[in-house]
Order: sequence, then C-alpha cells, then structure tokens
Amino acid sequence: MATAQTTIATAPPIPIRRASAGLWSNAWYRIRRDRLTVAAALVLFLIVVLSLSAALISQVLGMSFEQQDLLRTYSVPTLDPPGYVLGSDEVGRSQAVRLFYGGQVSLFVGFVAAFIQLTIGVLLGLIAGYFRGKIDDVITWFITTLNSVPAIFLLIIFAALFAPGAITLTIVIGALFWTGITNFVRGQTFALREREFVTAARTIGASSWRIMFKHILPNVLPLIFVLSAIDVGAIILLESALSYLGLGIIPPTPSWGNMLTNAATYYNRAPWLVVSPGVMIFLTVLCLYLIGDGLRDALDPRLRGSEG
Amino acid sequence: MRAYIIRRLIYAIPTLLGVSIIVFLITRLSPGDPVRIYTFGALNVTEEDIQALREHYGLNKPLYEQYVLWLIQVLQGDFGKSLQYNRPALPLIFDRLPATLQLATTALGIQLLIGVPLGVMAALRRGSWVDYVIRVFGVLGHAIPTFWLGLMAIIIFSVTFRVLPSQGVLTVGHDVWDVPDRLKHLILPSIVLAVAGIANYSRYLRTETLDVIAQDFIRTARAKGLRERTVTYVHALRNALIPVVTALGGVLFALFSGALVIEQVFTWPGVGQFTYAAARSKDYPVIMAGVMVASALLVLSYLLRDIAYAFVDPRIKVK
Repeated sequence: MATAQTTIATAPPIPIRRASAGLWSNAWYRIRRDRLTVAAALVLFLIVVLSLSAALISQVLGMSFEQQDLLRTYSVPTLDPPGYVLGSDEVGRSQAVRLFYGGQVSLFVGFVAAFIQLTIGVLLGLIAGYFRGKIDDVITWFITTLNSVPAIFLLIIFAALFAPGAITLTIVIGALFWTGITNFVRGQTFALREREFVTAARTIGASSWRIMFKHILPNVLPLIFVLSAIDVGAIILLESALSYLGLGIIPPTPSWGNMLTNAATYYNRAPWLVVSPGVMIFLTVLCLYLIGDGLRDALDPRLRGSEG
Repeated sequence: MRAYIIRRLIYAIPTLLGVSIIVFLITRLSPGDPVRIYTFGALNVTEEDIQALREHYGLNKPLYEQYVLWLIQVLQGDFGKSLQYNRPALPLIFDRLPATLQLATTALGIQLLIGVPLGVMAALRRGSWVDYVIRVFGVLGHAIPTFWLGLMAIIIFSVTFRVLPSQGVLTVGHDVWDVPDRLKHLILPSIVLAVAGIANYSRYLRTETLDVIAQDFIRTARAKGLRERTVTYVHALRNALIPVVTALGGVLFALFSGALVIEQVFTWPGVGQFTYAAARSKDYPVIMAGVMVASALLVLSYLLRDIAYAFVDPRIKVK
C-alpha cells in the first residue's frame, strides 16, 4: 500500500501534450497543401476584390458604368481611352468597368441566395430527419413537387409576372432551390439520430431542439460547407442564364448575364463583348467548384480514396 | 413489377397537384388584374362591364374556389384560350412538343454515350494522363454557362467557319422531311445542351467504378483466376452501371431547364421557347399550359427512370 503510494508520488509528471489536432485544423492543414484549391481560392479572392472595388476601377479608368459615347460604339480593346481596355459596347460604354460592376451583382446574388438556401435547407432537413412521421411526409412531398418543375420555368414566370428587383430575385432563388441541401441533411440526420451520443444526450434530458442543433448539426456541418461552395456557383450560373434571357437583373444595372443579352445581335461586329462576361462567369463558377472539391477532400479524407 | 409501376403512377398524382398549386398561385397572385389588362384601351367599357366580366370569369370567388374550378377545366385539357393567338393554349403547346423532345432526347443520348465511357475509362486508368484529362473536363464542363457556350459555338461554327446553321430546326424553304438538313440543325444545340450532363456523368461514373473496383467480390473474382478483362467488364462494370439510372434524376432536371435556355439561344421552336415568349407577353393560359406540360414531362421521365431502375436492380422489387 505504502509502496504503491510512493510510486504514484514519484511517477514522472505526464508531459504536457498538445491538444490533438481537430477536424478543422486538420482540414486547414490539408487545404494549404492542396495547390489547386489554393489557386482557385486566390483567383476567386481576386475576382471578389476587383468587383468590390468597381467604383475605384471606374475612377482610375475615368469612366462610369453608364457613361456612353455614341461616336465610339463597338470599339476594339484599346488603351485609348483606358476605359476601353476590354472594348466598348453598343452604346460606347466601357466593357471593363461594367464587367466589374456586373461582378458585384452576380456575386451578391450568388452568395446571399446560397445563404438563404442553406438556412432553409438545413432547418427543414434537420426537422424532417429528426421528427420523421407526418412532418417528414409533408417536407418530402414539397421537395418532390419542387423537383418536378424545371427550375428555370418557375423562375421565368415569376420574373416575367412580378418583375422583381435584384433583392427580391435573390430571395426567390434562395427560397426555391433548397431541396438538394434538405435531402442531404435529412438523410444524415436520419442516420445520426440513432447513434449513441444522441441517445446519451436524450437520456440526460436534452430537448429535441438542443439535440438537433448542438449534437446533430455539428456532425453535418462540414459537408454543408462543401455543398454551399458548389451551390454559390450553381446560383451564379442560374442568375446569369436568367439575366441573359432579360428576366433577371434589369439593365442598366450590369450583370454578367445581362451583358450577354444582346450578344447574339452583335457577335459578328464585336465578338470580344461576348467573350469577357462569359469568361468571368466561367472562372468564378470554376473556382467555386474547385474549392468545393478541395474542401470535401480536406474535410472527409475517407472520400479521398474514391475521388483520387 | 406491375404493382410497382402502379404505385409509382399513383405517387405522381400529389406531385402534379402540387405543381398545379404553385403555378396557379404564381399566376393569380401576380400584380395586374387580368380583366383590366384584357380590356385595356377598349372603348365603351364601363366599370359595370368590368365587374360583369370579373363575375363571368369567376374572379370574384375566393382563391381556393377559383383553383378548384380551374383544376376541373385543366383536367379536361382546357387551359383556356391564348390571349395572343386567341386559340386554345394546350394544342399550341403540344405543337411545340416534338421539337423539345427531339432536342432533349438527342442531348440525353449524347450524354450517356459519351459521359459513361469517359467516367469508366478514367476510373480504370486511375492516375494516368487519361484520367487527368477526363477529370479536368468533368470540372470545366460543369462550370461553363450553357447559354454562353451556345453563343461561342455560334460565333465559331456559324459565323466564322459557316459550317453549321445557328438557328431553327430547318432551313427556310426546305422540305419538312429533309432529314440531313434537320440533323445539321440539331448538332450544335444538342451538343451544347449535353455538355454539362457529359461532365456530370463522367465524374459520377468515375467515383462509382472506383467504389465497385475496391469491393470484395472483385478481389474474389481476381483470386479465382478470372481474366482481368472479365473482371472489369462483367463484374465491375455491370455493378457500376446501376447508379447511371439513379443519376438520371438530376440529369433530367438539368436537361429540361437547360433546354429552355438553349432553345432561346438557337431559336429552337420548342415548349421552353414558347413558354418564355408567353411569359414575356403575360399570356397567362399559355404560361400555365407550358409549365404544366414541362412538369408532366419531367414527372413522366422520373417514372420511366424508376421503372428502368427496377429492371436494372433486382433488389428494388423486394421493397
């Protein structure tokens, strides 16, 4: 007895170990080493910064986004004046300045609508997956219904009949396309609610809402980030198509989509006007998808085996 | 099997009802009184006439009653007359159906014929340059705006090289049955419409094939001395192909949405283009008929997919 006590007393102090790396720091470590994702993040960052500083760019180039010059329409890209570095459009406006203002609008719609979508999707997914039964049936019916109308048809009739502004449009896009996220969260919640840690939480008297948000949600969250990156890209594509059709962002406010609306009528005079907005959409969406892929690999190394 | 199909058919009913409610609400709640739009600028229309018209069209009734009345008519195939053409809306939409079906099925065929082999090839040669190129294409094809790709295709193939027509289904003045001419018109829009799906399928099939290859029964097949080719094509591929049918859902959804935009870019006289034109001129009956027909098509495609799924995967029948 006494010897045992002495051994304990004289045992060398346990060395202070660093806390083992958690999910996020591990993921952060992996992302930093994934050169493609880092490059995509940098390009996206550049596009965001350039778009946010559109007012500054317009001052540097010396042209506002609505300033016209009817004597110099369809100008080829030139540095004289500097505003025409990417050419001028059908009423002699600076393509470069409009491109960055357009970026503000497209990025705003993409990120805000994705946020709305995410909020609705996660909430309904948790509710459907956790409570099951009647609530689940109703939510599932709603999802099936929304998935049975070709998305763009709904948006087009809504946009044509209500003539919404940019903010209303953003909200509607967010409110219509949450079904994918809901399905995902619902499935995960279904599985997670049967796990021991949920039973344990219930045993000590945690309420349903507490279990949903404190115990289940953190387990679903990592992959939601992946989905949201891809979502922002998909929404930017959708908005650009809608604006291209003349039903999204209404001119004179430029957006990448509506800068292409009349492209079909002047592409033999000024093909460069068709190229630049498309490249911007393409690059932005590409970066978002690559970031989504990179995040998934970083957050869930198990998937890496199958995704290469 | 028959019970399964019948159950699927019954499931489609609440879905289509849901769609009809959404369509009805969007059109009825939109600003602007249809009677006033209809009589706008007409002389000798008094306030009493407008009230009488509202009464006649049942616009004074509560919303749910209007919906039920509308639904009863719709079930009889009567969406009302187009405000623009003064002809029944549904036949107008049906006139445009063949063009859309032609475009969508061609695009779907291209997606399957190119996307599936690409994905399998990438998986079988994992890590090689083939895999790399296919994966890069998978990401690029997914991120490119379809309508812009269409515009670029027109600039390159129709304006610069003048090899393919940029719009319509047929050269003006040609015979309706001039098949080569029709095919020529179909090439650009169907390929452009197919690109996103090809990318999707190649990514998806790559993942699925890799998953299957890693499974135990493949190891068993190899262990009992089967040739590598037999293992790949008989054991691995057949199992990897089941998800092709599952993935059809998302692909079809994207296809019908994409078709509307592509029809606009290539002036393809389909349901999407017609509905779009109707939406712009606020032709309510045609809008409603267009959306309902497009949704019914989509629901029907889902149904066909589910049936195909039951054929491909025997486990489904048990449930």
